[in-house]
Amino acid sequence: MRSPGANPDTAVDGAKQGGKVIKRHSLFTRVWHWVNAICLVVLLMSGLQIFNAHPALYWGNDSSFGDSALSIFAVQGDDGELRGITEIGGLRFDTTGVLGVSGPAADLERRGFPAWATIPGPRWLAMGRQWHFLFGWIFAPMLVAYLLYLILSGQLWRRLIPRLHEWRGIGRTIREHMLLRFPRGEEARHYNILQKLTYLLVLLAIAPLIVLTGLTMSPTVDAAWPWLLDLFGGRQSARTIHFICATAFVAFFVIHVALVLVSGVFNNLRSMITGHYALPDEETSRHE
Amino acid sequence: MNDSTKPDPGRRRFLARAATAGGALFLAGCDRLSRSDGMVSLFDSASALTQTAQRALTSRHDLAREYPASEIAATFRANGTTNPQNSDYQALAANGFRDWRLSVEGLVELPRSFSLDELKRMSSRTQITRHDCVEGWSCIGQWKGAVLGDLLAQVRPTAKARYVVFHCADNTYGGPDKYYESLDLIEAMHPQTLLAYELNGADLPIANGAPIRLRAERQLGYKMAKYVMRLELVESFEDIGRGNGGYWEDRGYNWWAGI
Repeated sequence: MRSPGANPDTAVDGAKQGGKVIKRHSLFTRVWHWVNAICLVVLLMSGLQIFNAHPALYWGNDSSFGDSALSIFAVQGDDGELRGITEIGGLRFDTTGVLGVSGPAADLERRGFPAWATIPGPRWLAMGRQWHFLFGWIFAPMLVAYLLYLILSGQLWRRLIPRLHEWRGIGRTIREHMLLRFPRGEEARHYNILQKLTYLLVLLAIAPLIVLTGLTMSPTVDAAWPWLLDLFGGRQSARTIHFICATAFVAFFVIHVALVLVSGVFNNLRSMITGHYALPDEETSRHE
Repeated sequence: MNDSTKPDPGRRRFLARAATAGGALFLAGCDRLSRSDGMVSLFDSASALTQTAQRALTSRHDLAREYPASEIAATFRANGTTNPQNSDYQALAANGFRDWRLSVEGLVELPRSFSLDELKRMSSRTQITRHDCVEGWSCIGQWKGAVLGDLLAQVRPTAKARYVVFHCADNTYGGPDKYYESLDLIEAMHPQTLLAYELNGADLPIANGAPIRLRAERQLGYKMAKYVMRLELVESFEDIGRGNGGYWEDRGYNWWAGI
């Protein structure tokens, strides 16, 4: 069977933006992308609900209480006011309003992350777990399927592995990104090296890591696959790495959305909905 | 500077409010969905899938990781009830649990009860394992206890028996309901599943469930009932408590506590 993405360079008639319109994303890629977008939001917010049940992180096998890598808690000041405190690596920050203590001024609540960042909003660990595992069951199999698809269709090699000349030009690419000048014309047909490296990092490192560290938190999985404990240095280390990966996903999400917005938002959105992408004209100047 | 390039505070406020309102709608939607029949049945399916997948992945003999003595935590964290306040339990504790007896009943051929000394004379196992709480923390301790599988062999479960229900002495958070839990026979017969009477080489402290607590090392902490008074073998736990197989299960937690 011919996959819709087998020939991504096919020119499509009806270019409206002046530039040549190419088929950029296969149906699978587009569906995967949007399902992932929903999964990541739900997984992040339900994950923060779960984190709030014990808002501290540790390295090693067990929770050496009082010796945490990160800890979010509340203290009552001399004036009787609740203060939210975040301790990380021995540094102490007052994070009242967001971390440790949040909510309406009349009804401040002691909680790790605030209600607007968690699913469900109120403190409800059992339900946070339900959302997390349901969407984990969508996210993880889709990730495996997509990685297999990328490898078997040759796209991993063709579209994502950087070529030698791209490595040589990486300095220039970084400079141009800083100036928000993005590739145009034929150069825009392929991902640039920064895109390639970012997508490779997310697909081959952060996403698999977040799934595996999630599994390492399961005592049953640890009995079946004890090597996971050795790989990550213990269950609490796995929990901490899981949290770091989630933070990396948030950073990726912010940068990704920002670059989508500044590099031609409608063209970018269209390419991820219909699959069609107009190569930006070489001549026309950038819209200010 | 051109006026039009200045951010318009009115518009900015509108956008901020729109974002807040959108976010609030999304959250309210999730909270309402959490209780809808459709979502609840999806959650149940996901949980059933987790149980099936984890059971397929794990052989009934796969052991939980055991740790060297150097990894034992200085203090084993006590969670939930730390001293049951009812007079029956207090009377047993006052007498060093010499009058305590564990009755084993239900779908067994030879129902009987065991004193603490009888349990201590049975085949025992000592293991240094990691306790994983559903809240996210872990604590390592050394447990010694009677192997539950050996005890069950003595009372001979009937062919209809599917679950072991652990009835406890404590009213969690002082509420009206006594704590209880259940394991299926696969977890109950697992070699590391113990009725533990020692923690870190000393008698099990009251805070950790004296005189005995359950250890089911491939499950989360809420499965490991403390202050166990009675074992009941059943075909189904529908008629016990609110019918979900455990105190926390009756309050929305999954019966399968493997993750």
